[in-house]
Amino acid sequence: MKHPILFTTWFFGKIGLGEFAHHYVQVVNSWLVMLLLIILAILAKPKIDPFHPSRGQVIWETIIKGIEDFFVGITGEEGRPYAPLYMTIFIYIFLCNIFGLAPGLYSPTANPNTNLACALVTVLGAEVIGIKKHGIKYIKHYTGPIPWLAPLFIPIEIIGRLARLMSLTFRLFGNIVAEDLVIAILMLLAGAFLAPLPLYFLFIFADAVQAFIFFMLSSMYLAGALEEAH
Amino acid sequence: MERSSKIIVLTAMFVMLSGLAFAQEQAVSYEGLKFFITTVFVAGFGIAIAAFGGSMGQAWSIKEAMKGIARNPEASGKITVTMLIGLAMIESLVIYTLVVELILLYAYPMAKPLAKFIGLEIG
Repeated sequence: MKHPILFTTWFFGKIGLGEFAHHYVQVVNSWLVMLLLIILAILAKPKIDPFHPSRGQVIWETIIKGIEDFFVGITGEEGRPYAPLYMTIFIYIFLCNIFGLAPGLYSPTANPNTNLACALVTVLGAEVIGIKKHGIKYIKHYTGPIPWLAPLFIPIEIIGRLARLMSLTFRLFGNIVAEDLVIAILMLLAGAFLAPLPLYFLFIFADAVQAFIFFMLSSMYLAGALEEAH
Repeated sequence: MERSSKIIVLTAMFVMLSGLAFAQEQAVSYEGLKFFITTVFVAGFGIAIAAFGGSMGQAWSIKEAMKGIARNPEASGKITVTMLIGLAMIESLVIYTLVVELILLYAYPMAKPLAKFIGLEIG
């Protein structure tokens, strides 16, 4: 890479893997997001004190309790063991979205592959958890309310699940690509770096909303898989 | 609408259509360019119509949410959260249209096979 514009491409260019980092730019940047999350978690670990909580600990506990209570409010109490997966996906997608706003960083969710991976994990995870809970009776979720209409309902349900996958993927992809395009066009067209600044508030809010929508829809699919069939 | 603006709009439409007919008389084999012109034209109108429909739906949802908050200000937190979720759902339909338009303009996958079928050679 002659002139890398991303931190990861420059760093991998120093090592010698510049072409790899340029071709798989969303994978390398998602590694950066994972590294950031792990570092934050390791920084928070020694300071947790159940009897004299510090102010940061109280804030984070309130936030995580709020998110987990929202999740359990949708899926019911039996969804509580699966809450960390969905909360991690929420925080991961939110950080991935925000990366697009910073110069030198690229948002991995601007590529449909990352979104498809997260959507596959949540949608297929809901199916697997439903099969784990209901066993073979999970097929009743697909057959619909009347038993002898099953050959009509099963293709409709399968197409519905695939449509859920595609809608999760492309909703996130479209939002983040639109945000990246607007920032790029404003920087090239209007003033150099100050032009997109007023839109940053809107984009940070939109990133948070999109990550929350992904999280909420995934939890609704899990609730649909955990509940009793029609 | 007044009569004068109707006349202006109709005249503009007829001028544009006749311009297309003149172009077809002179152009002999600009198949790729015609495809590009049609794609850009359709993409512009597509996203505009999608934005129109999406904004009507979102405006209705905000209107009803405002009525709910005015009736019951204590529930404004829950109503706001539900309204925002509904807005994001409606907006995602508009964004599907944007994604289709981006695919058409930048990554149309049938471009090479179609061009080979017509007789051109791309890429």
